[in-house]
Amino acid sequence: MSTEAKRAPAQKQKEKGAPSNNGADAAPANKLAETTPAIRLELLHSMLLQRRFEERCAEAYALGKIGGFCHLYIGQEAISTGVMSMIRPDDYVITAYRDHGQALARGVSPRAVMAELFGRADGCSGGKGGSMHIFDAKTNFFGGHGIVGGHVPIAAGVGFAIKYRRGNQVCVCFFGEAAVNIGAFHEALNMASLWDLPVIFIIENNRYGMGTAISRSTANEDVLVRAQGYRMEGESVDGQDVFAVRDCMARATERARKEKRPTLIEMRTYRFMGHSMSDAVSGTYRTKDELEENMKRDPILLLHNRIFEGGELTEGDMHKLDDEAKAIAQDAWDFADASPEPALEKLYTDVYADTSS
Amino acid sequence: MAVVTYRDALTQALREELQRDDSVFLMGEEVAQYNGAYKVSKGLLDEFGPMRIVDTPITELGFAGVGVGAAMVGLRPIVEFMTWNFALLAIDEVVNAAAKMRYMSGGQFKMPMVFRGPNGAALQLGAQHSQAWESWFAHIPGLKVCTPGTPADAKGLLKAAIRDDNPVVFLEGEMLYNTKGEVPDGEHLVPLGVADLKREGDHCSVITHGKMALVAMRVADDLAKEGINIDVVDLRTVRPIDVEAISRSVQKTNRAVVLEEGWEICGMGSQVVDFIQRECFDDLDAPVLRVHQEDVPMPYAKNLERAAKPDAGKTIAAIKKVMYLD
Amino acid sequence: MATKVTMEALSPTMEEGRLVKWTKNEGDQVKAGDVLAEVETDKAIMDLVARGDGVLRKRLANEGDASPIGTLLGVIAAPDENIDAIIGGAVPATAAASAKPAQANATPQSSDQSQSEAPAPPQQKAAGPVAAAPPAPRPASPPRPTAPPPPKGNGARPGATATPGGRQRSSPLARRLANDKGIQLGGIQGSGPGGRIVKRDIENVKATSGAARSAAAERLAAEGDFKDVPLTLIRKTIARRLAESNGPVPTFFLTAEFDATRAAELRAQLLEMGDEYKVSFNDIVIKAVALALAEHPEVNAHWLNDKIRHFNRIHVAMAVAVEDGLITPVLFDADRMTLWEISAKARELAAKARERKLLPEEYTGSTFSVSNLGMFGIDQFTAIINPPEAGILAIGGVEEKPVVINGALEVRQRMRVTMSCDHRVIDGATGAKFLQTVRRYIENPLSLII
Repeated sequence: MSTEAKRAPAQKQKEKGAPSNNGADAAPANKLAETTPAIRLELLHSMLLQRRFEERCAEAYALGKIGGFCHLYIGQEAISTGVMSMIRPDDYVITAYRDHGQALARGVSPRAVMAELFGRADGCSGGKGGSMHIFDAKTNFFGGHGIVGGHVPIAAGVGFAIKYRRGNQVCVCFFGEAAVNIGAFHEALNMASLWDLPVIFIIENNRYGMGTAISRSTANEDVLVRAQGYRMEGESVDGQDVFAVRDCMARATERARKEKRPTLIEMRTYRFMGHSMSDAVSGTYRTKDELEENMKRDPILLLHNRIFEGGELTEGDMHKLDDEAKAIAQDAWDFADASPEPALEKLYTDVYADTSS
Repeated sequence: MAVVTYRDALTQALREELQRDDSVFLMGEEVAQYNGAYKVSKGLLDEFGPMRIVDTPITELGFAGVGVGAAMVGLRPIVEFMTWNFALLAIDEVVNAAAKMRYMSGGQFKMPMVFRGPNGAALQLGAQHSQAWESWFAHIPGLKVCTPGTPADAKGLLKAAIRDDNPVVFLEGEMLYNTKGEVPDGEHLVPLGVADLKREGDHCSVITHGKMALVAMRVADDLAKEGINIDVVDLRTVRPIDVEAISRSVQKTNRAVVLEEGWEICGMGSQVVDFIQRECFDDLDAPVLRVHQEDVPMPYAKNLERAAKPDAGKTIAAIKKVMYLD
Repeated sequence: MATKVTMEALSPTMEEGRLVKWTKNEGDQVKAGDVLAEVETDKAIMDLVARGDGVLRKRLANEGDASPIGTLLGVIAAPDENIDAIIGGAVPATAAASAKPAQANATPQSSDQSQSEAPAPPQQKAAGPVAAAPPAPRPASPPRPTAPPPPKGNGARPGATATPGGRQRSSPLARRLANDKGIQLGGIQGSGPGGRIVKRDIENVKATSGAARSAAAERLAAEGDFKDVPLTLIRKTIARRLAESNGPVPTFFLTAEFDATRAAELRAQLLEMGDEYKVSFNDIVIKAVALALAEHPEVNAHWLNDKIRHFNRIHVAMAVAVEDGLITPVLFDADRMTLWEISAKARELAAKARERKLLPEEYTGSTFSVSNLGMFGIDQFTAIINPPEAGILAIGGVEEKPVVINGALEVRQRMRVTMSCDHRVIDGATGAKFLQTVRRYIENPLSLII
């Protein structure tokens, strides 16, 4: 069960309390975002795990073990890892359909996620959700939603409930840059600001809504303007730099917990794979050159280089870390493969909750 | 038993449940300061404060989603739509989020919430404000759909809906708010999914719900003078639907007329007729007939509107037809 | 240009026709006016002629098939012409109406539009009215849009209407009730739309020993000793028309007066031979009827709605008055019994009947009935047919009467009998001939004992 015991960095870091900064990198602007060598290793491990896991998903999809729509997170790992490393276990996370990486970074069992993708009984939704609907109540991971923008008001609702109960949690809501044009996004931002809801809205701007470049879909490419429209704080950060992500998140979480104010963050990133498994990596809507240029800023490479330059990591350590990530992904695969298909009687369960009152 | 209006019965239900459980809150357009567009939430802001009686912007999709999110965390939101015509803007949150959250998550989340508001045509409100939506929502697994026709049912069903751990679409009759009826004193709950036999007779079953239950009762009283006694089966909840009550009645009377406010094609009545043909095939002495709105958008002109709506006359004609009396 | 061959209205009153015989084969060259087939109408056998030139490419009806007017029976076309669309859309006229969209207020009058083009379910369901089709193929015309119903309606369409010449309409409930009560639907005139038999029609039928009758039907069927006669169109038309005019069992009556003098003499002579030779007039009549039935199987028959069943074996029921009613014990194979066997058996059955000891198999399964009220001083009466039997003979008392024989007045023993006949099975002449045979036996009673 060693793989099951692996926790995402968010949880470990919080358990260790405030880290001290004796790392190689410059001190971040916000003390909360400071890192130790151990934290940096955890960050790297989390990102590697997502990368190796998603690579195995691509393989499983090709083998027909995963069906339907399957959207991979490769290239965007610094965002999930950076964000999750800055929130507490009692905070809430809600996201769209590109959700595997975020689930793993949040600490959802890789086995449960892979079994869900395989449509098996041990999946986190018992095989009823699939790739786009990863849910895990234990880690307050509120899904995996398949309608662009539809979950953004739900995040506001979670924020409303936090406020209603006078809690000091935050709700983090991920969505792509294409969602900023949909009505639900605007309605949610308006209410979050109007009612002072502790929600952090994160635009993962990977520059393409499926195959449509932002310049072809959005009148004002400066998506942060939308924050101003709702009298909300907004920031734009390099989403390939996990430290920049953490730094920004430190400010946003403080704003949410102390000032009860929402934040809109644009995290600039790039998806290295197609929109989904049925989509060419490049060719139709983006060039190979553009892809290769962006892959030079692979977030794992950037983090690796930072740590390596600081002398905290040898090539041997790196290989060991990578082998661990591969082993966890393999274990998840084996577990999912061995898990039975859902019992047919499960077809009819979970449609309604039994109301006992 | 006190005689109260349908509106006051709903207000009583809201007040009692807000008092009973502080995870219950009401949100919607004009529900707080204005006391509700139809005054159903009158006085509640004063009693429960602005955190629990929440005025929203005119943003149906947004605040329906806020309700969904709050319910995922365990609150019990009551989302009021000023009318169900506006709720079409929110249908993604109702259908894609609220109805499916439990199933998609393999049972990890409950969705204890109520979407409520006035449904159906009133008088001369024109095409966009005169529609009955029950068949749309009854189509969706994961939702429950209530259509109370009387003050007692309105109160009992709303209280039960608020306590239900599933998303309930609660359709109030816009023309019913001022109607009066006896409501039992004290705690009054009506279980979801149980029909009520509002009139009893052997000659024909009229199966109906919502506002049309009143029409059916009037028809029953009129026909009784002619010696025709009909069963009025008021479904009260159209999902889950009380198939047993339908079968029981039709097996007794051997004839059925299905009366509803909405349109014909894929209406609630289509489903009821299907249940009847499956459960009562050998009991039928006549084809089942349906009474419903004419297959047109609601016109404004008084005479046209009257012609478009289902009414007592059309219902009586249908009853006589299935009884081979015409 | 293909030409359809359809069932045409070859008599003014026919609603369907039976294709007796194709006179052209598939592949035969035909010209307009050539006889393609012989068709039996409700009146006669008529020629069905080609309405166009070409090759008879396809025969869609089999010989013996009955089809409503308008039904596509075949296609005449050029040798290489594609006729799939015509054949593919070939549906009985009956199905066209039920395929119409729900908002079409379908009536037989409005459903004559391009039926054969309309895709339609292969089988007609009870819901669809039958189209009255044009008597001859007409050029295909685009479907007329059907006017929407006026807003006065409740959206309800007539679920079923008459199927003239087609199958009997009845509600599911009526069918169940009829089955429970052992009532044959065939004899009932429905009071619902288009003649649909509904609950009240079943309730209006007196259910007499229904269960027993169906048991009897089973027994008779099991014996397999019968010949089913398919209903000819004329027979169907007679049955329907008469049932419409004269109630479920359209009955007519034939009365005759027999000379029973010689039968009385025979009876007296037999009595002189000893008690064991004693026979009653009733026994003599039963024997005579049984032998006559053997000669007239069309009278020894049941009406079974869709056919008439002629029995080879003869089981004669005799009505016996009991304290609170009437019961009809059966003399099985009465034609093969001697007069004395009949006499003994009849006495035994009558006694058992009065003691209420008859077993169901002793009073069910008859093919014809005899009722005798002569012993009550009745000289003539009519009896009610016991369905599904086709006839019953009512026997009056034997009495002395003055009769003119060969110009001289004589006193003779006379007996009046009245036969009730189900006109759907028995026509006047048939019944009359049967009675002649009965008369021959009664008046020549020696034939009953040799």
